[in-house]
Amino acid sequence: MIFLWAFLVGGAICAVGQLLIDVAHLTAARVMVIFVVAGAILSGIGLYPKLIDFAGAGASVPITSFGNSLAHGAIAEVKRDGLIGAITGIFELTSAGISSAIVFGFLASLFARPRG
Amino acid sequence: MECAFSDDFDQLHEDPYLGQPSWEKAERRLLEEAIAETLRKGKIEAQKVNLLFAGDLLNQIISSTFAAQTAGVPYFGLFNACATAGEALALAALLIESGMATYTLAGAVSHNASAERQMRFPTEYGSQRPKTAQWTVTAAGAGLLSATGEGPSVTWVTVGRVVDSAMSDPYNMGMAEVPAAVDTLVTHFKESGRKPSDYDLIVTGDLAAYGLEAAQQLLRDAHLDLGERLMDAGATYYGSDPSVQAGASGAGCIASFLFGHLLTRMRRHELNRLLVVATGSLHSPVSIEQGDNIPCIAHAVALENN
Repeated sequence: MIFLWAFLVGGAICAVGQLLIDVAHLTAARVMVIFVVAGAILSGIGLYPKLIDFAGAGASVPITSFGNSLAHGAIAEVKRDGLIGAITGIFELTSAGISSAIVFGFLASLFARPRG
Repeated sequence: MECAFSDDFDQLHEDPYLGQPSWEKAERRLLEEAIAETLRKGKIEAQKVNLLFAGDLLNQIISSTFAAQTAGVPYFGLFNACATAGEALALAALLIESGMATYTLAGAVSHNASAERQMRFPTEYGSQRPKTAQWTVTAAGAGLLSATGEGPSVTWVTVGRVVDSAMSDPYNMGMAEVPAAVDTLVTHFKESGRKPSDYDLIVTGDLAAYGLEAAQQLLRDAHLDLGERLMDAGATYYGSDPSVQAGASGAGCIASFLFGHLLTRMRRHELNRLLVVATGSLHSPVSIEQGDNIPCIAHAVALENN
């Protein structure tokens, strides 16, 4: 059943992105920022983790999940270290993703060239 | 992506890098080749050229600067975005008309990947392109003008005004350029006293599919029915290839279409009286980010067989 929910929820999130591009004429960069901020807000009010429990990869793969992880890391570190945790915790959960992007991007650039 | 009229081009490349290490270096190479080929076909040595007018889409029009350095001729660098070839041709013709020059060169270049990287997103980012988007052509065009010769000749120049398009979407430049194109066309027929029927063909730069339709409507409203005479280089450049969305654009679009395709047709006398209206969106990436409308321009140049 979770596969069906993953398909529907993940598809719905992407459909919202497509509508923002086609109807609201937003650029891809703006859609990305909106999604990350929306994910962080939904995480802050406790909704996004529930969505991940419900739809699995349908909610954890779209970029909204990155916003969720940003907020999640910050909240956890605030609970542990006080307010400074809001600064130090932001990249706690997301550092693996960011570092991977840099490392694999570098590795790819060693043997691949953009084709245009 | 291949131009539907590439048989009329002097050189074609399979490799978008042209054997160079970067898109930008490939772009300047294109213009260098176009200038060299133009001089070769015109049988004129570079030393005899009084002035080169050229431009491109990159910051500080760097491609034209390096191409001018290679050519080693006196140079005026121009920026009018996709209308640059029209601006260059107009200035090159006016300088000869003034008697100050015997030979002038006009040229423009663009490269799809370098332009996308600078004006929108790098192509490897894989950003989705809406249906109104246009494909910046990877091409250069150059023309040699002389005080004497067999023609065709530049017989009229109508310099455009900068017109507020009231639009701010960089993925819909063709539509943004429509008011400027219409303004220049209306001005041209008014100031020259010519009629649309005086031309075999009237070619706008890169209004593309949607812009061309809108321009036809606005021109009819202004009592200028150009009918079948009106053609748009951007809308026809890649034939009916749907992967370019609305059509072609870029400084190299009207440059290669005019100096490659249209002049070949004039030499064959398929066309004898041609009006080219080069259109350009003059925004910068920063002006778009700060919410400014796209300011546009269009220059009309009439070419006639003698």
